[in-house]
Amino acid sequence: MSQLFEFLLRQGDNALVLGHRMSEWCGVAPALEEDIALANTALDLIGQTQLWLGYAAEVEAAGRTANDLAFRRDAYDFRNMLMVEVPNEDFGRTLMQQFCFDAFQVPWLTALTASSDTRVAEIATKSVKEAAYHLDRSAKTVIALGDGTAESNARMQTALDYLWPYTGEIFADDATDQAMAKAGVAPLPSSLKETWQKTIVQTLSAADLTQPDSTFAHSGGRSGMRHTEHLGHMLATMQVLQRSYPSAVW
Amino acid sequence: MTSKTLSEAQVWQWLEDVPDPEIPVISVVDLGVVRDVSVKDEAVRVTITPTYSGCPAMSVIAMDIETALAKQGVTQLELKTQIVPAWTTDWLSAKGIAKLETYGIAPPQAAGVPKRCPHCKSQALEKVSQFGSTPCKAQWRCTDCLEPFDYFKCI
Ligand SMILES: [Zn+2]
Repeated sequence: MSQLFEFLLRQGDNALVLGHRMSEWCGVAPALEEDIALANTALDLIGQTQLWLGYAAEVEAAGRTANDLAFRRDAYDFRNMLMVEVPNEDFGRTLMQQFCFDAFQVPWLTALTASSDTRVAEIATKSVKEAAYHLDRSAKTVIALGDGTAESNARMQTALDYLWPYTGEIFADDATDQAMAKAGVAPLPSSLKETWQKTIVQTLSAADLTQPDSTFAHSGGRSGMRHTEHLGHMLATMQVLQRSYPSAVW
Repeated sequence: MTSKTLSEAQVWQWLEDVPDPEIPVISVVDLGVVRDVSVKDEAVRVTITPTYSGCPAMSVIAMDIETALAKQGVTQLELKTQIVPAWTTDWLSAKGIAKLETYGIAPPQAAGVPKRCPHCKSQALEKVSQFGSTPCKAQWRCTDCLEPFDYFKCI
């Protein structure tokens, strides 16, 4: 498996898995406006998935398509960070999860617009506009809920405490990251930690939330080594149509 | 195709009649998603770009363009999708912008907020949601006439 393919799967799978989690709110979000916002955010992410996985399939050159990669791989073949696959639990956790992701995704995609790989740069250029809009909304919502009632503040703190140990994985460089950095395809994720941290600190302070002390970090999602038990359940729902009716098309 | 002198201008004109599936008051040309038309002998190539990467209307737009051109006798059509340069609301035509407002959708503003209520023109506005009925719109409300309205997001 080439390092570029591996890298593209990570980009596509992050967007796909988070996009699916967002889509789970469709019809059951706490307010109509939020329902629409989450569905539209999911749509952006699924659109980005098509671009990333479409390119991944071309790079692999094994006759697979973006659809095959999305719907016919099992959990251990997924390369998303663990943070995006944890269950929604409540609206607060979903927004906190999206915020922690967006705060990384905006500087990350911005850096990728200068990628030595033209296709990567093109996809990033398209996606970063959407990501910036997502961050604007997720950061404001985290602040509104954190700086809201005692109940909403407590729920946001619980969400943050739960998600925090999953954020470390974002910045844990590995061999694929090193190879991409060397080829000028992408910067090392660790080089963006400071920028990410700055956004987190600013937003949490405005939201009256406390950043957890713990430096423990779960890992295994980006390498596919060890996903959480939640991913398989999610895929069972997401992939049921292609599993039951292989090759079904619209 | 009976005529051997199909021009690019003619194809653009036909595309002017293809409505956007979600905002039918403007055409796909007004929306700025048609980026290029080239005609070589009888082969037509139309290049389109998505507004948002996940916009579900894109496949419908592609189908509508195919259907419209087939009706005009175009038998060799190549539809190309490109994502760069990324679509921007700057590409909405002046005609399209005027039609949006008449239709009740506040056109995009560089300031990032609608200029006035498309119904009563009041400037007393409040944001309801950052997203609206389609990925390209946000939801606003006029605090004078109390009507909600879509605002075409500026990107
Ligand atoms: Zn009004």
